[in-house]
Amino acid sequence: MRTGATDLPVLKPFRAGPIAPSGLAAPMLLSAGLVAGVALVFAASLAVAQSTGPAARDSAMTILWRWAPLIFQGFLFNLLISFLSMALGTAVGVLFGIGQVSPSAALRRPAWAATQFFRNAPWLVLLFYAMFLLPFELKLGPVTIAFPAWIKAIIGLALPVAANVSEIVRGGIRSIPSGQWESAESLAFNRRQTMWMIILPQAFKRMIPPWMNLYAILTMATTLISVVGIQDGLTVTRAALAAESRPELMLPMYLLLLLMFFAYCYPIARLTIALERRFNVKG
Amino acid sequence: MIAAFFERLNDTQGLNFSIFYDAFDRSRFLTGLWTTTYICVLSILASLVIGLLGVWVAGSGSRFGRLLVRIYVQFFRNTPPLVQLSFFYFAVGGLLPTVSDGFGGQSPLVSGTGWAIIAFSLFAGAFNVEIFRAGIEAVPETMVEAAESLGYTRFQLWRQIVLPLAFRICLPALNNNLVNLVKTTTLAYAIGVPELLYAASQIWSEMFNVREMMNVLLVVYVLLVAVLVWVMHRWEKAMRIPGYMP
Amino acid sequence: MAAKHQLGEPVVVVEGVEKAFGAFPVLKDVSLTIRRGETVCIIGPSGSGKSTLLRCINALVPIGKGSITVAGRQVNDPALDKLALRRDVGIVFQQYNLFPHKTALQNVMMAPIHVLKQDRGEVEERAKQLLAKVGLSHKHDAYPGELSGGQQQRVAIARSLAMNPKVMLFDEVTAALDPETKKEVLVAIRDLAAEGMTCILVTHEMGFAREVADRVYFTDGGVIVEHAPPAEFFGAPREARTRAFLDQVL
Repeated sequence: MRTGATDLPVLKPFRAGPIAPSGLAAPMLLSAGLVAGVALVFAASLAVAQSTGPAARDSAMTILWRWAPLIFQGFLFNLLISFLSMALGTAVGVLFGIGQVSPSAALRRPAWAATQFFRNAPWLVLLFYAMFLLPFELKLGPVTIAFPAWIKAIIGLALPVAANVSEIVRGGIRSIPSGQWESAESLAFNRRQTMWMIILPQAFKRMIPPWMNLYAILTMATTLISVVGIQDGLTVTRAALAAESRPELMLPMYLLLLLMFFAYCYPIARLTIALERRFNVKG
Repeated sequence: MIAAFFERLNDTQGLNFSIFYDAFDRSRFLTGLWTTTYICVLSILASLVIGLLGVWVAGSGSRFGRLLVRIYVQFFRNTPPLVQLSFFYFAVGGLLPTVSDGFGGQSPLVSGTGWAIIAFSLFAGAFNVEIFRAGIEAVPETMVEAAESLGYTRFQLWRQIVLPLAFRICLPALNNNLVNLVKTTTLAYAIGVPELLYAASQIWSEMFNVREMMNVLLVVYVLLVAVLVWVMHRWEKAMRIPGYMP
Repeated sequence: MAAKHQLGEPVVVVEGVEKAFGAFPVLKDVSLTIRRGETVCIIGPSGSGKSTLLRCINALVPIGKGSITVAGRQVNDPALDKLALRRDVGIVFQQYNLFPHKTALQNVMMAPIHVLKQDRGEVEERAKQLLAKVGLSHKHDAYPGELSGGQQQRVAIARSLAMNPKVMLFDEVTAALDPETKKEVLVAIRDLAAEGMTCILVTHEMGFAREVADRVYFTDGGVIVEHAPPAEFFGAPREARTRAFLDQVL
């Protein structure tokens, strides 16, 4: 397998724009329709729950109103985890990405192998890996660093993020024409200077859209922490449903959670596409 | 031979790879692997059908159809697959009637595995719609003009020129999506589908060999993905047109 | 070379054609008549509507006003059978537009088999003859991506000829080629004209126009400024705009 070009796939943002409306239908109209459509489904499910629920007990609206703040808090925790994992994953990933284009094979090969491995492993399995195999505390001489479950979860999610960031960085650096390296070299810049002063600033712009796409994927993946027993939005939703034991409420409750994620991730996706277009135009 | 080696490894080193010497664990593990494969294959096929259907409806000129496909695609792309799966399994599944299982009991109309396949197909299908759409849009307008000037009908134009080219253009993105689908199938663990991850977790909770099983699991998944990638690359290569870079 | 063969009845008649893209007029009251067996070159500065005129003739672009008749068929008739028209009119584009997923031979064979429903064996026979005619017998199995620009353009010519058109349109077919490969394409077109094919070329090749054309049209700003046999056109242009243009390019 070549190390120059990667043969294994990534969660690449694909070049596809959204389904472009053509003809008379303006994009604005479709966006509005999209929001209206999603809201409609939610309202309909709520109405059904409202009318089919037992009359003697609280109405579906009341129950939803009672739990919505808690579910939202859980959702905010998902976001918190996503920020921290992204920060950690990006920091590690950038180093590995630069390692992947290093002229030294001793650096390049391991960076490449680690990137490929963690990129192709399922996120949930990596999360399990971190949860079970990291020690609950780390003793460094007199200092003891505790690893509570949520820190382990952040590390577990940061693993695939780092691998994907590594690929994004490698791709961004590779996309800069070799003439830039040559001209920098001819001006007597050393490799480190060329990388940090010439190449990375140019490549940075191109890395932003895929990086944002990765962030959206990570945010959606944070719900995985509910599987390993950490309280997040999904856990709260399930707990709420268990506490109320009202099957007709399941549809609107889950939709509420889905809508929270949608409201957060959809604008990111739109922004990603917009940036991608802008950067492509400017070259 | 192999069994003996791993048994010795357990006795001497304390490395308990039970699936290599214990017949029961091995069969559990292989059943899990089979379930994962089965979910993968069915979801891949269904997601391709959904993708084609979606791109057909979106391109059929009906404004309502376009809107519907757009809502579907954006909703499934921008919400967590795990919540989608929970939604289908608990909420939708809970509303469906149960059927008699023939042994005097009641079983749900759609099993957990069934819901996993449905949810993953819809999730990957949403991506496929956009991939196919992008592929079709990438066929140069001039190619269409050339075919029109040779007197091709609309149907001939699509069958002979647009689709063969579009398919080759979207193959890499499609491969990517299918690999992601394979990784996504681990989520079925959350609703108790006895796939690979679930089988492994049962084994490690009984045999107390989390470390060993975890590593086996990771390697098996990476191998599984590698096999798929290899097959797809072979296919991509076979489909490649000499001298043509889409 | 000019008028070696007998000129027949009018094949393409364009009368008072107007065409605008939005508010921008591209063709203003354009009229021309091309007879069977005639080779006509249309020259003029870029943006003068030459390519649009060719696209109007085989109904790739609808016209605003006026009428176009090709081989007795009214092109601007709303009930026009576009497919039938396009079987009679071959067009070769500047960018070749070969189908990249088919070999040279398959490119030539596809339309007769699928559009004209002709017998595969006969089509293959004729496709091979056509490729031989444009000097590409040795490239049957090459894909477009493996051919040079000139070779691709010659396959494109063969592909159009396979439909047995009554008229061939050439839209700046050598503009994207380098000088060496240009020549092989021009030779192929010259041979075709000599055989009596009705050809309309939009071109910047003045030498070719002078040598091969029966008549030369000069367009500028969407109108036909003048037309004349090449000797007269290049030797003694009547209009000042033509002279100015020729002074620039020759």
